[in-house]
Amino acid sequence: MSVTLPLPATSSNRRIVLGVLGVLLLGSALLAAGTGQLHIPASEVIGSVMHKVGIGWGTLPSHPQGDATLWQVRFPRLVMAALVGAALGTAGAVMQGVFGNPLAEPGVVGVSSGAAVAAAAVIVFDWAFVGQWTIALAAFVGGLVTTFAVYLLSRDAGRTEVVTLVLTGVAVNAMAGAALAFLMFAGDTQAREEIVFWQMGSLNGARTEQVWVTLPIAAVGIVGATLIARKLDLLALGDKAARHVGVDVERLRVVAIVVVAVLTAAAVAFAGVIAFVGLIIPHLMRIIVGPGHRALVPASALGGALLLVLADLWARTAIAYADLPIGMLTSLVGGPIFFWLLRQARRNAGGWA
Amino acid sequence: MTSKDSAPAPALRAQGVSYAIGDAQILREVDLDVRHGEVVALVGPNGAGKSTLLSVLAGDVEPDAGVVELDGVQLHGQRPEALARQRAVLLQRQGLAFGFRVREVVEMGRSVWRRDERAVLDEKVIEESMEIADVSHLAARVVPTLSGGEQARVSFARLLAQDVEIHLLDEPTAALDIKHQEAVLSQARDSARRGAAVVVVLHDLSLAAAYSDRVCVLAGGQVRATGTPDEVLTGELLSEVYEHPVEVLNHAGTLLVVPVRRGVRSGVLSRETKESSCPVLH
Repeated sequence: MSVTLPLPATSSNRRIVLGVLGVLLLGSALLAAGTGQLHIPASEVIGSVMHKVGIGWGTLPSHPQGDATLWQVRFPRLVMAALVGAALGTAGAVMQGVFGNPLAEPGVVGVSSGAAVAAAAVIVFDWAFVGQWTIALAAFVGGLVTTFAVYLLSRDAGRTEVVTLVLTGVAVNAMAGAALAFLMFAGDTQAREEIVFWQMGSLNGARTEQVWVTLPIAAVGIVGATLIARKLDLLALGDKAARHVGVDVERLRVVAIVVVAVLTAAAVAFAGVIAFVGLIIPHLMRIIVGPGHRALVPASALGGALLLVLADLWARTAIAYADLPIGMLTSLVGGPIFFWLLRQARRNAGGWA
Repeated sequence: MTSKDSAPAPALRAQGVSYAIGDAQILREVDLDVRHGEVVALVGPNGAGKSTLLSVLAGDVEPDAGVVELDGVQLHGQRPEALARQRAVLLQRQGLAFGFRVREVVEMGRSVWRRDERAVLDEKVIEESMEIADVSHLAARVVPTLSGGEQARVSFARLLAQDVEIHLLDEPTAALDIKHQEAVLSQARDSARRGAAVVVVLHDLSLAAAYSDRVCVLAGGQVRATGTPDEVLTGELLSEVYEHPVEVLNHAGTLLVVPVRRGVRSGVLSRETKESSCPVLH
């Protein structure tokens, strides 16, 4: 992106950016944990965590419900927000790298909806072949199938045109919408409510058990993304040139698509479709750290976590006693940014493919 | 010029290579040997199969029949990592998906030697490559903001940074001004002098004559002739292959290939003649 000059891609710059993002994330986590109907000062939040991990240091929350509020409501939700954000930010960065197109994003191209359809089917038909992991597994399979489909449909002769990609997303989202509508029609009232909730995306009601399912999936995805970061850089040269400098393009592509599906599953399984995080965050991070994926992938993970922690804080405090759907908020902000990116793409004669 | 007597083992050998896309036979029974230490120019009219042949030699396209050997080892079936340490390719069209800086792109070429003892030379080779391709002053620039010719030179620097013994260049001079055309081809000659095998697709036959040890003329997917520029670049053969009368002039030891322009008004003719003789003046 010509308009901006990112920091030179040195390892010290990378460490500085990641350090700053990490500090910001911790700070906003403290803020979010203390904010709500019951206010808990940051020192007491720290004290509660310290006592829990066995270091009897700091002050416990003074309010009798303080500890319970933190550990049963706020922390699961907070950690879930951070995990979902990190997964979406990373998924966006990887997907854009593979498609060679900064508009690729799980929500935009329909991967999230594909994963949501599979997960909704689990809810409606009450499947539970792998216990509480069933929804996550279904979301993974749905996401995998959709990512491959979008990839095959939107690529022509080794390139992905912006227009084709966006229109493929429109078509995939439409089909997923139809499938979700059918599932809502077929399901009972409770299932229907769950599905509606999901389409909007929300972290309301995140539970500790769900965090324990999401955490390893997100971790695997993020580690996987870090491992292919160097090769994603070479892929920016184009498929042929990447092969000429030693990249097994076909294999890299398959690995990357599986990584995207894993990350999308982690994000979607319990929080529903939260669109545009994977679009905004890698774009912002590219402005700061440049396009190199070794910096971009971890920065997008931290940035995504930061964004969702703050967005969720806003979602549950903007209106007293109401919990706004977080997916609505991210789309509200992400939509205009998407427009702007699209206009930029047009100025560059049809895209960066 | 390289002496042919030393006759090192062929760096690249294509034997009986045929390739078709649907009904269209792009290559028929193509044989080509390229030895270490020589520059071979691939010339021919549009659609002759030059770029396809280069793709076959690069390992991008698997031929329907025939074999390609790289330093005596069959090319197809080798892993991309292994191939990248033997041959470098400069494509006709370069693309870059994101706003990487010039230096980062040149480093991408060097990445083939990662986890190898040659990696200690990284810095040195990258600097030298940027110097040779005349992009050192652009090192911190973002590649998509450069002109087409500058981007082509960045790609050339990337190829040099790969630092391998076989170079495949697909119209490396197409986007370049005269100074850089000459510079790129002189560098190809230098690489050959140091033992590299260079295959270069060229449209400018005078450039092919000036810089190659041997010329391979392709037409209709077949090799029409292979040999030194003097042997191969004759008015007779070229006129037939290009379906247009072509004259070959010898200007102080340099072959100049000039299309014959008939039925052009004398004023225009003289202007055009001047144009086509431009390379001589520089």
